[in-house]
Amino acid sequence: MGAQLRVYKRRIRSVTATKKITKAMEMISASRIVKAQRAVAASTPYADELTRAVTAVATRSNAKHPLTTENPSASRAAVLLVTADRGLAGGYSTNAIKQSLALAARLREEGKEVVTYIVGRKGVGYYGFRNLAVANSWTGFSDKPTYGDAKAVAADLIEAFTAETGGVDELHLVSTEFVSMLTQTAVDARLLPLKLDEVELSDKSPAKNEIFPLYDFEPSAEGVLDALLPRYVESRIYNALLQSAASEHAARRRAMKSATDNAGELIKSLTRLANSARQAEITQEISEIVGGANALADASRGSE
Amino acid sequence: MAELHVELVAADRKVWSGAATIVVARTASGDTGIMPGHTPVLSVLETGPVTIRTVSEGTIIAAVHGGFISFADNKLSILAEIAELADEIDVARAERALENAKADADSHAERRAEVRLVAAGGLKAHH
Repeated sequence: MGAQLRVYKRRIRSVTATKKITKAMEMISASRIVKAQRAVAASTPYADELTRAVTAVATRSNAKHPLTTENPSASRAAVLLVTADRGLAGGYSTNAIKQSLALAARLREEGKEVVTYIVGRKGVGYYGFRNLAVANSWTGFSDKPTYGDAKAVAADLIEAFTAETGGVDELHLVSTEFVSMLTQTAVDARLLPLKLDEVELSDKSPAKNEIFPLYDFEPSAEGVLDALLPRYVESRIYNALLQSAASEHAARRRAMKSATDNAGELIKSLTRLANSARQAEITQEISEIVGGANALADASRGSE
Repeated sequence: MAELHVELVAADRKVWSGAATIVVARTASGDTGIMPGHTPVLSVLETGPVTIRTVSEGTIIAAVHGGFISFADNKLSILAEIAELADEIDVARAERALENAKADADSHAERRAEVRLVAAGGLKAHH
């Protein structure tokens, strides 16, 4: 076998192996999207009831709670960025990181100091490589977050928010919204202080439009709000983690699908090249044989 | 008999929903019984068992950790970070957790394990 042909054959073998891997990853991601979407749906009743309850307390009571009152002289803002633990998901993590950098720039323009919190190894890697300060980070659960994970993340953020000194005045969340199998958008939202006008139920209808009954609050409106708001933040973070996980799988499936398609194309064109190299080799061998035979014939004719 | 609609919801799933005649839950100010026609109420729950006397399935007991109840329009929502029905609770595991918690002097974990055992034991007492 000629050198050229051997090189083509070797490349075809390696691309075929890559294609098998990307195809497998595509199918794994496809099955995980469904699971992740189911997890989002399962968490919706809790999130909706909690949103209703928080809105009910906040609108009915005149409670001036630090978690709902806007601080006009806000000087420090925390940003929680949700990225993936693993790569090979197209622009998924990059888009979220870009969104958070844009948000940070906007906050700095407003004169606020930005404190960054990160979920996911990709975000940690990006900030670490550029020596950007990170207050805290969590990794290892980006593709399958549990409520406990969200609670651990929220606990730190709420602590920073409620700290008497050296705390933060605002809490922003950058995550990826799962719009559909094909569309996932990086979004940022302010979690705290709570903007009542922007609180939405899962179907995007503003929670404020509902008419709430005159609840009796036990132990008191403030007490209920004290207990509910941390739960609300946890639930929002949990929802963001679940949506981001679904988005990550969808992004990975798409990236792996195009990688598989590209590998298929590559194999096709390499096969063509290998075929023509083989053909050229055969042609050359024939012409060598014919040439050799002619030369022999010429030589023997000359000796006669 | 009058009945109320109950939804028991945990952070990551809907645990139970259906019709009931009375629900007893432990709130910050003590055990509260909610019957149909109760005044609208929103209160914080302690870690404790929740007893639901249902219309069609007998009595259901659940262990609930951290959450709240809201009642309005004859609809009661029980929300909890963790909620387990008595028959879902692994008694052996809860007992182990109780011993570990006692050894570590972790009062929260101890209370959680106790509530699980009470809820699981309460079910047997009713059968």
